[in-house]
Amino acid sequence: MSENNELPAVRAENSLRLDLVTAFRRNRMATAGLAIVSLLVVGAVLAPWLSPYDPYAIDLSNKTLAPSASHWLGTDELGRDLLTRLIYGARISLMIGIVPALIAQIVGTSVGVVSGYCGGALDYLLMRIADVVLAFPSQLLALAIMYTLSGSLMNLFIALSVLGWAQTARVVRSLTLSLRGREFVLAARSIGVRNSVIMLRHILPNCIPTIIVLLTMRIPNYILQEASLSFLGIGAQPPTPSWGLIATKGKEYLFSAPWIGIAPGIFILVTVLGFNFMGDAVRDALDPTLKD
Amino acid sequence: MIKHLLFRMLSTIPILIGVSALVFFLMNVVPGDPIAIMQSNFIDPDALERVRREMHLDDPAPIRYVRFLADAARGELGYSYKLRRPVSGVIAAAFPNTIKLAVSAALVSWIIGIIAGLISAVKPNSFVDNALMGLALTGISMPAFWAALVLQYIFGVVLGLLPVAGFESWRHMILPVTVLGWSEAAMVARLTRSSLLEVMRHDYIRTARSKGLSWSSVIRIHALKNSLLPVVTIMAIQVSTLLSGSIVTESVFGIPGIGRVAVSAINNRDMPLLQGVIMFGTFIVIIGNIVADVLYSTLDPRIKYVRE
Repeated sequence: MSENNELPAVRAENSLRLDLVTAFRRNRMATAGLAIVSLLVVGAVLAPWLSPYDPYAIDLSNKTLAPSASHWLGTDELGRDLLTRLIYGARISLMIGIVPALIAQIVGTSVGVVSGYCGGALDYLLMRIADVVLAFPSQLLALAIMYTLSGSLMNLFIALSVLGWAQTARVVRSLTLSLRGREFVLAARSIGVRNSVIMLRHILPNCIPTIIVLLTMRIPNYILQEASLSFLGIGAQPPTPSWGLIATKGKEYLFSAPWIGIAPGIFILVTVLGFNFMGDAVRDALDPTLKD
Repeated sequence: MIKHLLFRMLSTIPILIGVSALVFFLMNVVPGDPIAIMQSNFIDPDALERVRREMHLDDPAPIRYVRFLADAARGELGYSYKLRRPVSGVIAAAFPNTIKLAVSAALVSWIIGIIAGLISAVKPNSFVDNALMGLALTGISMPAFWAALVLQYIFGVVLGLLPVAGFESWRHMILPVTVLGWSEAAMVARLTRSSLLEVMRHDYIRTARSKGLSWSSVIRIHALKNSLLPVVTIMAIQVSTLLSGSIVTESVFGIPGIGRVAVSAINNRDMPLLQGVIMFGTFIVIIGNIVADVLYSTLDPRIKYVRE
């Protein structure tokens, strides 16, 4: 019997890696997504070596040049090479996609597991706070936070982390509730395992596939949110080479230099598509119930 | 049913209080005196002090919050620093434009999304299915502001067919509705497809098929209605995403709706106005949630609500 009770946690860990590998092998789109994202990571890391230009150096004699051999995507309104700025922008988009998403996931998971496992007044309080956060249209709450903190990339990190935890907490809590009554948890409790150990060693590993799925859905979402907020002028501030911010300038030069507005959008679209391709495959492999 | 509705409505009151408290304290901890911003070229300390007293800004935050709640319950959301008009008036003037935009976008997205999802689900993994779902995924992955810029460039600059900004005639609405409706349509299409495929696996579909009904009548009579149930639930989410989306769309196209009011309120540091818009927007979303909830239980008799 005791061996049986060990099974779920052990199997979850082994099959997780297996599921992910087969998902990527079977799904061509997932492979394409992985390729796009890898390319982006390489570009972001090697940015200074990939381009001969400085993303910040202003050169007014070369402003709004059309795409050419020396400036593949042309130059912006201050004479900076657009492609260079977009490559540096990949650093920002990747960071904004991954760091706040991870923070939101960690906070949400902790709240969800504790809330679901401990129950009682603590559970009630935490879930009412989550309800309040979830009641907001996310963009509006982001506006409120950015108003208070004022626009900057760092503050955007904070705003997006604050927004995301509630959904994860809700999902993880309901998972924890169903796991709490299972035999392996009862067995652990009956031999006197401490609650903190049960939460960490028995409940948490079983939530991991779902947490990964939520994470993969959140990353592209955050990249889009950063771009939109920066586009509106309440995210990253000049001269940060954020894709959304570059597109804002493009709006002003739509008639004379349309490439400034159009090129950053293509970078965003391809990046988000890449993450979505991977996310779809991961979700199908790990937790098809979370579909839409 | 009515009992459930009442219960749902009452249960949103604590949420509304929580939401308003969060927004109020978030906005009122901000450094930077609104009076100093309002009177930037007029710095007479006595007058400043008087205005501050008149606007009750010298009271502690909890007292101002309670006063704000009492006013909000009567529909008074305060007074815009920048526009020097009541916030409720500004919202009342802007909201019809947002509604017009959002409802048109929702209708378009529903028609296109459901039809696309249906076509996709009839022959899953066919070329048409892959093409449509690829298009839908692109729709979800595309930043709305960029779609707006590209459409403005193609139809406004290159072809010169449509106006790129303003909100005067139906021709002004084509581009913004497309931008706002595009990602919604993509969402509806993906959901319709997966839901229809799920329904098609059920036994009663096989029964209907085996009694000789054609595929088209099976889908029309038996499958479609059931598969649209989950699609209805995302209506609630749509109220929220349309409202969020209208912020960007209205800003790009220069539409005088509440999304643009919110952005200009931020840029002007107009706290009461931003606070009012956020409260109002959240209120609308909560109402949308209740409506979707009620609609769902009306459409699906299997769902009976039990008190948690």
